[in-house]
Amino acid sequence: MNSNMNKTLTYIAAALFLFVLWDILALILHNPALPRPIPAIIAFFQIFPQSLWRHFLISTYRVLVSLFIGLAIAVPLGLYLGREPKLDKWVSPQLYLTYPVPKIALLPVIFAVFKIGDLSKIILIVLIIFFQIIVTVRDAAQNIPANSVLSVLSLGATPKEIYRHVIIPGCLPEIFTAARISLGTAISILFFAESFAPFDGLGYFIFEAWSRVNYPEMFAGIIAISLQGFILFLILDFMQRRFCPWLYT
Amino acid sequence: MLTLNNVSLAYTNGRASVKALADINFQIERGKSYAIIGPSGCGKTSLIFLMMGLLPPTTGEILLDGEPLLKPHKDTALILQEYGLLPWKTVWENAALGLKLRKVAEEEINRILERVFEELELTECIDRYPSQLSGGQKQRVALARALSLKPKLLLMDEPLSALDALTRENLQEVILKLIKRYQMTSVLVTHSIEEAVYLGQKIVILSARPGRICAQIDNPEQGTDGYRKKTSYHEKCSEVRSLLEVYSQ
Repeated sequence: MNSNMNKTLTYIAAALFLFVLWDILALILHNPALPRPIPAIIAFFQIFPQSLWRHFLISTYRVLVSLFIGLAIAVPLGLYLGREPKLDKWVSPQLYLTYPVPKIALLPVIFAVFKIGDLSKIILIVLIIFFQIIVTVRDAAQNIPANSVLSVLSLGATPKEIYRHVIIPGCLPEIFTAARISLGTAISILFFAESFAPFDGLGYFIFEAWSRVNYPEMFAGIIAISLQGFILFLILDFMQRRFCPWLYT
Repeated sequence: MLTLNNVSLAYTNGRASVKALADINFQIERGKSYAIIGPSGCGKTSLIFLMMGLLPPTTGEILLDGEPLLKPHKDTALILQEYGLLPWKTVWENAALGLKLRKVAEEEINRILERVFEELELTECIDRYPSQLSGGQKQRVALARALSLKPKLLLMDEPLSALDALTRENLQEVILKLIKRYQMTSVLVTHSIEEAVYLGQKIVILSARPGRICAQIDNPEQGTDGYRKKTSYHEKCSEVRSLLEVYSQ
């Protein structure tokens, strides 16, 4: 309980510190594009219930669906590659050749083929986070101590049971790490992709307010997207505590 | 019980083929305790893995009660140097794993483990994770997991080498007691002369790589009360030491 209290206090202190930094920066720049924190937050609370909440929800939906699909494809593949060195020998070069290609450059192609809807945005995000996840998870699976596998094999486990009792739980902390990194990536990509969207999403909201030089509204959008990242991060943290209790002893 | 006929083992390291064990002919008789000792890198661990059925021999055959040993057998249990516990399972879950993999009913698992835990003085630790245990406690959990399966043959690969001197002697007593009580045949791999003499009714000396059996010494007084303090114990230790010095060249 005490350590929880401490943690909360640390977060509050960090938030206050950032607000002060923000305020100082706003005062120095003295530009309407960067409002001071208190008016910006007031604007956020005024705009959020009117129209912003809808964009917030639709963007969050896109991020979550992309993250889910990315994990669902890349985690099993990464686990399997990590445990099959022969296959990995063939697949690794392909991964390393395609990993550094900035796939965001494929955005026009994806939009042209899949049209500017949810599908094209989700495909773009999945395409990018897929590589981050598969590489992290594969490395984690490779690093499972041989002793853990051997001791469970000696108990008579089948390959399937080795995955269930050793490989999957052993890689779970790294899977969460991959999910956190991909979450940040997904939000950024979505912001960019939505700036081309005809009518919804936080990226659209922010760019549209900007084009109307409505800075308070634009900044409310920026606060919303930050809040989105923060809340999703907290949820991942909570899930990790729930599913990896041995890390928190 | 277990017979090794002309067993040899080689593994490939890059392009080179390394011989780990050569011409092993060895009989493990039911109800006896064996200690295998040899210089480091002589293939002791490989020999244990062969006996466990975790590795196939390169040449020769291994028979368990006359049947070829091709995979881990339910009558054999293995204890590893680094305990082989899974960090993501609690003490109870770790100890229950063998029974669970054998599809033993929940109540039956609870019944068996309660008794084994009491015997090993682990009852207070059941909800902890391995990271919260001392080395000696971890090895007790590994013992509990092995004993819960009521093995007829207990294989141990340097089970006590990571422990401090007192814990080590204490666990030697525990192992001695359990082997008697459960009427197990046991094979212990160790690099400690004292441990080999204290726990091995028959002491097997391996040569430097590739490991061959150089000598088998009878140790009839092993297991008698207060053996550690007897002159015969110290004489046996010197005998093993001088043989090791000859064969580890």
